[in-house]
Amino acid sequence: MKVILRQPRREIELEGVRRVSDLLRRLDVVAESVLVIRGDELLTVDEPLAEDDVVELRPVISGGGS
Amino acid sequence: MKCRVCREKAVIQVRRHNANFCRPHFIDHVRRQVERTIADYRMIRPGDRLLLGVSGGKDSLALWDILTELGYRVDGVYLHLGIGDYSSDSLRLSQAFAAERDLHLRVVDLPEEYGFSVPEAARASRRNACSACGLSKRYILNRVAVDGGYDTLVMGHNLDDEAATLFSNVLQWNLEYLARQHPVLPASDGLAKKIKPLIRVAERETAAYAVLSGIEYEVEECPMVAGNTINRYKEWLNRLEEESPGIKAQFLKGFLDRGSKAFRDGTAPELVPCETCGSPTTGKVCAFCRLRDVTAVDLRRRESA
Ligand code: SF4
Ligand SMILES: [Zn+2]
Ligand SMILES: [Zn+2]
Repeated sequence: MKVILRQPRREIELEGVRRVSDLLRRLDVVAESVLVIRGDELLTVDEPLAEDDVVELRPVISGGGS
Repeated sequence: MKCRVCREKAVIQVRRHNANFCRPHFIDHVRRQVERTIADYRMIRPGDRLLLGVSGGKDSLALWDILTELGYRVDGVYLHLGIGDYSSDSLRLSQAFAAERDLHLRVVDLPEEYGFSVPEAARASRRNACSACGLSKRYILNRVAVDGGYDTLVMGHNLDDEAATLFSNVLQWNLEYLARQHPVLPASDGLAKKIKPLIRVAERETAAYAVLSGIEYEVEECPMVAGNTINRYKEWLNRLEEESPGIKAQFLKGFLDRGSKAFRDGTAPELVPCETCGSPTTGKVCAFCRLRDVTAVDLRRRESA
């Protein structure tokens, strides 16, 4: 499957990822810090993923100075 | 996972509320949270003129959408920080958002109106960029609110922003900041009232709200963000949150409900008008005017070198 990462935008290929929770574990990302987006849907951690999926892992942390 | 309300397929899990939501019910949930925050803290009186600080990021645009949907008429102010493509992209996104919904966006150009950009100010003052930036934002947004006759300046800080700031203020026992960290700061001489209606909405939820509402926002990071400690604290707090859902909200709520009073009773420094610009300050010349002066000197020196 193809994973789009941001900040900055780049793409990686991964094999054998079965669900969103596997994806997050593999990339050592906490669910609270990202949205997982496929097309125009948001995916929950239990969502199954397919080999031909394209999924964006979008960080939610932003901002800085108060 | 199924939506708590309608049992349709859920698109988001909100672990601290032990709840999953489908798209429409999540959007509704977020709007209700904001509505309740506004009511609980008596943030807005009927007829108040509201000005929202707009950055082009998820929080301010989501909040503009939410307030508009709740029936408030809100103007926006975008501050162009002079940070290359990042500033022009976020301005474009903010303008597109406002145009689509027929909202009024004011634009202030820091380099054009004040003679310097955030990177220049950071270099001249040897401050970290975010601190020069935060100082300029607070100063100018307040100015625009006061000069424009607005009653209230609305800010898009979310639960994570406030929890991470609290964490930072506690680590340093910064009593002055702790005394001022509150979702409603009343107006005082030269300072507009300031409110933060998103403090009960987690950062992940404002991002989800924006995505699910089809709001296009700036996803890429500001290039000056390196070394921003608040963002690092957020990441750590999220690791804690994974293990103990609700801990961020509890930390902030406990402070606001029980802790903050103790700090506010302390000595509030007296504010006097800045000798240069008239804005309220604790010294003779306010921090913004000092930043502006050192930057001007530095820019002149570089020009003549
Ligand atoms: S990351 Fe820092 S410099 Fe960039 S916009 Fe945010 S506060 Fe300003
Ligand atoms: Zn539902
Ligand atoms: Zn001043």
